[in-house]
Amino acid sequence: MIYLDLFLGFLKVGCFAFGGAYGAIPLIRDVVASYGWLGEEMLTYMIAVSESTPGPIMVNLATYVGSSQAGFLGAVIATLAVVLPSFLIILLVTALLKTASKNPYVQAILRGMKPCVIGIVLATGIYMVLGNCFGTLCAAAVNLQSIIMTVISAGSMLGYKHFAKKKLSPILLIVISAMAGAVVYGI
Amino acid sequence: MHILLDLFLTFAKIGLFTFGGGYAMIAMIENTCVERKKWISHDEMMNVTVIAESTPGPIAINCATFTGYKKAGFPGAVAATLGIIVPSFVIVYLISMFLDHFLEVAIIANAFKGIKIAVGILILDAAITMIKKMPKKKLPRTIMVCSCIVMLCINLFTWNFSSISLMLIAAVVSLTIFVLSGARSEEDGAKK
Repeated sequence: MIYLDLFLGFLKVGCFAFGGAYGAIPLIRDVVASYGWLGEEMLTYMIAVSESTPGPIMVNLATYVGSSQAGFLGAVIATLAVVLPSFLIILLVTALLKTASKNPYVQAILRGMKPCVIGIVLATGIYMVLGNCFGTLCAAAVNLQSIIMTVISAGSMLGYKHFAKKKLSPILLIVISAMAGAVVYGI
Repeated sequence: MHILLDLFLTFAKIGLFTFGGGYAMIAMIENTCVERKKWISHDEMMNVTVIAESTPGPIAINCATFTGYKKAGFPGAVAATLGIIVPSFVIVYLISMFLDHFLEVAIIANAFKGIKIAVGILILDAAITMIKKMPKKKLPRTIMVCSCIVMLCINLFTWNFSSISLMLIAAVVSLTIFVLSGARSEEDGAKK
């Protein structure tokens, strides 16, 4: 049943989403792909929309996937499922087990999981950037327009960092890339 | 104003006006709940941020749940958490109804292709930032590199292996190493 699938899928995401929004994106890709809910394209678009709308990215993505699969009720169920684990864990930690997070065994587990998340996020980033430019392994194709776009996006990010001495905000990068995309892919 | 309503509205405002995810929200929560409303102390806020970093889920949600609970128990936790979710829920739900239609317009579809490139770069940048903050020791680095390689293979060759299983393996490896090295240092202690 779709509602149950949405609930369980996003509950899993909520339970394992360490390291903030970017840690959750690979998990959401996983869940979405394994249930066959959305194509890679739509999910990527939605990551950008989530990044440019207020609120936690994870929650926005859950709302979107839920709504696209099962309307309003689906959106509510997916959103609640992704939030539920962190809600319960914080209640447990503050109400009962203040010392749990200081337990050396818990610490050891976290020390293993955190770098693993970073590795997963790194792999996802590399795969997406390379995939945009050169296609996938079974459908390899050099995409010149995407390579130009990658240079523009990465260039504006690095250039801004170099000259303004601070990070380009994700929203601004998305706006710049959207405008450049309309031109580059339109030609 | 009733405290539950106050919690809900305050966090709804934070949810509505913070772009850019978790850390931007923490700054807003700190400003509103610690400095203006004095619902929780600065130390409590720091503690919950640390806890939030080692628990799964969006950091903003963790902070909202904690503040609500401190201020008004379980109902307060529910009110604050719902408050932070509802604005983005409504906005994303509305967008989801129109996105497909928008994408039929050629120029918007092209703009989204450009956005797709930006998303890849943002994720790569997030990973690099996380690597810079990582403790510079052998074990975490090894785990990071191994998980990255396995995850790349999973993506490239469409292996049927979930990233969650990968995280569980990393947890077991780290725990095993900790237990083994702990046992060894205890032995050393006994000899002395």
